[in-house]
Amino acid sequence: MPKDHGIGASPKRREDVRFLTGAGNYTDDINVKGQAYVHFLRSDVAHGTLNGVDTAAAEAMPGVVRIFTGADFAEVGGLPCGWQVTDRFGEVMQEPAHPVLAQGKVRHVGDPIAAVVADTYAQARDAAEAIEYDIDELPAVIDMKAALSKGAPKVHDDLTSNLCFDWGFVEENKEAVEAAFAKAAHVTTLELVNQRLVANAMEPRVAVGDYHRATDEHTLYTTSQNPHVIRLLMGAFVLGIPEHKLRVVAPDVGGGFGSKIFHYAEEAFCTFAAKAINRPVKWTCSRSEAFISDAQGRDHVTKIELALDKSNNFTALRTDTHANMGAYLSTFAPSVPTWLHGTLMAGNYKTPLIYVNVKAVFTNTVPVDAYRGAGRPEATFQLERVIDKAARELGVDPIKLRRQNFITEFPYATPVAVEYDTGDYVATMDKLEEIADMGGFEKRRKASAKKGLLRGLGVNCYIEACGIAPSHLVGQLGARAGLYESATVRVNATGGISVMTGSHSHGQGHETAFPQVIADMIGIDESMIEIVHGDTSKVPMGMGTYGSRSLAVGGSAMVRAAEKVINKAKKIAAHLMEASDADIELKDGQFSVAGTDKSVAWGDVTLAAYVPHNYPLEELEPGLEETAFYDPANFTYPAGAYACEVEVDPETGKVTIERFTATDDFGTLVNPMIVSGQVHGGIGQGIGQALLEGCVYDDDGQLLTGSYMDYAMPRADDVPFYKVDHSCATPCTHNPLGVKGCGEAGAIGSPPSVVNAVVDALQRGGHEVTHIDMPLSPSRVWQAMQQG
Amino acid sequence: MYEFDIERPASIVAAAKALNAEGAQALGGGQTLIPSLKQRLDQPATLVCLGGIAEMQGINASGNDLSIGGGTTHADVAAGAGAYPALAALAGNIGDPAVRNRGTIGGSLANNDPSADYPAAVLGSEAIVRTNLREIAADNFFDGMFATTLREGEIITRVDFVVPEKAAYAKFDQPASRFALVGVFVAQYGDHVRVAVTGASEGGVFRWAEAEAALAADFSPAALEGLSLSGDGMISDLHGSGDYRAHLVGVMAKRAVAAA
Repeated sequence: MPKDHGIGASPKRREDVRFLTGAGNYTDDINVKGQAYVHFLRSDVAHGTLNGVDTAAAEAMPGVVRIFTGADFAEVGGLPCGWQVTDRFGEVMQEPAHPVLAQGKVRHVGDPIAAVVADTYAQARDAAEAIEYDIDELPAVIDMKAALSKGAPKVHDDLTSNLCFDWGFVEENKEAVEAAFAKAAHVTTLELVNQRLVANAMEPRVAVGDYHRATDEHTLYTTSQNPHVIRLLMGAFVLGIPEHKLRVVAPDVGGGFGSKIFHYAEEAFCTFAAKAINRPVKWTCSRSEAFISDAQGRDHVTKIELALDKSNNFTALRTDTHANMGAYLSTFAPSVPTWLHGTLMAGNYKTPLIYVNVKAVFTNTVPVDAYRGAGRPEATFQLERVIDKAARELGVDPIKLRRQNFITEFPYATPVAVEYDTGDYVATMDKLEEIADMGGFEKRRKASAKKGLLRGLGVNCYIEACGIAPSHLVGQLGARAGLYESATVRVNATGGISVMTGSHSHGQGHETAFPQVIADMIGIDESMIEIVHGDTSKVPMGMGTYGSRSLAVGGSAMVRAAEKVINKAKKIAAHLMEASDADIELKDGQFSVAGTDKSVAWGDVTLAAYVPHNYPLEELEPGLEETAFYDPANFTYPAGAYACEVEVDPETGKVTIERFTATDDFGTLVNPMIVSGQVHGGIGQGIGQALLEGCVYDDDGQLLTGSYMDYAMPRADDVPFYKVDHSCATPCTHNPLGVKGCGEAGAIGSPPSVVNAVVDALQRGGHEVTHIDMPLSPSRVWQAMQQG
Repeated sequence: MYEFDIERPASIVAAAKALNAEGAQALGGGQTLIPSLKQRLDQPATLVCLGGIAEMQGINASGNDLSIGGGTTHADVAAGAGAYPALAALAGNIGDPAVRNRGTIGGSLANNDPSADYPAAVLGSEAIVRTNLREIAADNFFDGMFATTLREGEIITRVDFVVPEKAAYAKFDQPASRFALVGVFVAQYGDHVRVAVTGASEGGVFRWAEAEAALAADFSPAALEGLSLSGDGMISDLHGSGDYRAHLVGVMAKRAVAAA
């Protein structure tokens, strides 16, 4: 019987009532009395010297309050980077300045040159057109390898080159890896592109800055996945506002996928300008503007080599990746191709020797940072593609080759610095083979062939490091922040509970899932528990939501706080029942004395805490509210196996996904329905990357895919009905819930199986195609068939 | 969007008069024009909305003749042009429901987007484009990408079709916009066949004469075997090369014939 409440039940998402009835409160719904509107004048060239900006004519336009340029921010800090990578040679990365508004140079199409604040948005936009600016266009660097060539134009004149860092991991393994390759029985090599993506959250970014002169208090309403992080970054590093004078609110947020983690110039601008003009300032990003101002994702160019012995055991792995940073370092950009990528290169396999080289490169493009999966999809894609290619070269079954090399004993210390605590890759693969009905593939293939279509089957495994992250570890790895989470459990006098969590929900369903945990711990109804998040004035501290960390880290903090509450409540109950603390048991919302029929209800205890007429005042403070911080001991390691079946139309190259099956090990499930939904969404995004999406710049740095006319997002009819299974669960060993995180798995695990399936279909059709770069658009697939 | 005035004439005569004014621009369903205005790519002084003109609305079917008002939406054609199933099917697959409920046949033809669907149907059906001034045969109407032989201020009032014996439209979607990467309309009229291709050529919609001749002799997909177009002069962009589009024309032509 499925549970009907608590951990493991699937109540419908309570937040959907407001989302689906138009009653959400998104940042653009926030209008502060007297607000002005800002429009950013953005560079239309990718690279140029900004000689001057003349705002005189524009200042005189109707409704203009003030026009800001880079000069207004001369005394203000630039946007900080939250992660410092140390390169192969022990040197820290090159870290360029990132001004709020361009100073002296523009470095990508979309770089903000000036900001016009006016009474209405239309007036601001009109006035922006009257600004005269003088840019001497410079040659743009777009291609990463060209950017590193001798004499290439420099994105940042004060840096020695366009190389941000040259990272080797684990550098000490390099020679041993080379030696293993030298004596390998077989080496499979694959060169591939993990293309740049645009996040395209349904809700574009918005920022509203407000300032009260009488109290010197700032408020920023913003579309953020982590308002406390924005408060710290913007307050401490950009504007010099202490936390107690700066409130950051991220209300309902319509999807982030990583792109709303980062601190953006527009947030700092609205906060700064609100004080400068003593009037609230609002910015609403248009979809077109989002394409040139939201941090983008992926953009790796990789050569991967896999060495095998004569028994087909993996003996070594070597990768060489160029990772595009774009024109500036976005908040967590350096961590993505390094610590979120290199550490995952072992995958599900016991490859003993691994060396990862990553060159991070500045180009005249929009900055690149974390996007759903962040580094882990790039790692998984190259690894699972090269394994598939190896299997085909060796003439062995791709599943068998994977099984043969699976890690089977846990804990397992990989050669890339992480230790998997638990997992069962055989079980997820067994389950995959069963529910994907692989036995029936040949019959389905024949049916496709009768229709003139090529059918292929692709499989891959994945592992991810989630529950980000142990602070002591990430500190060693270059993080400039801790990655704990906090929660406050506030029990009200009549027994209802408010949980203030530093996790932020922007589609994940925290408001439903988190109460299921507390309800189980106390034995009360979920409706008695409310989740409060997204406001630095309400929540003590928070590191936010990304890296599939909310339940594993934020949920664990909540559990710790609830444990403190329960411990205190037991003491109160003991006093009420004149018993010893140690004899108090809590079950189904009743405190009882072990071995007796004495009990008091949860509500009696909470009332006593706030109406302490009969209360152990000498031993206990009144009230019932506790805060906990939780810093994980390790990452969590969700893993799984995915299978995709495609049909390829050999006449047009069009790929249709016919079946998609996912078996995931997420450890304990709190709300299986939400978990499945997260997997569905993730697979949809992964299929989007595999078949449709791709951000393309021309040689001059103009964005060719600047709208949905050319940037192909997946639509409902591009994806099949998925079959997903989460039953092969090995609970995480080091957090109190045993949870691993599920938000990114689908996006990480799905692209390789799609590409593997298309290659399989083409090879079965007699084409000597070994790889096609994503997106596998009809034209690319057709082109590949013409060549092979 | 810049500021503009809007006029809503109730008759073709009043609309034509309004369009004579300096800076006036006709507004059909607005599915191309309104996004352009929002992008500030155009700055008309006055929009003359054609949506309120009753005589430009609706579908008249009589025998083999089908006359569609220039202001008729794609959704209305999809639902009401049952006498010409290939045309109704084409209209029912333009854009998405929002586009189909606003966009009009007259607006689509006047815009002549090189990837639009209607130009293929109109050219492939040797339709007559009627305006407030004259009637224009389809062969004389389309004049290259986004260009037609319409004069300044001229209004498409109706489009007259003769229903062919057989017809079908086969469209291959551009993955992002779902406009036609290539669309081929075939229609058989007695002893002659028309094959009109949209989406492919830098010159906009065109007739594939070689295919027409082959199909006139034998209206079957097999008749098109061995025929091919050159990729020269075909649109080449990130969604497909000229060669790919040229190849797709052949594939889609066969599929259209098979479906007809």
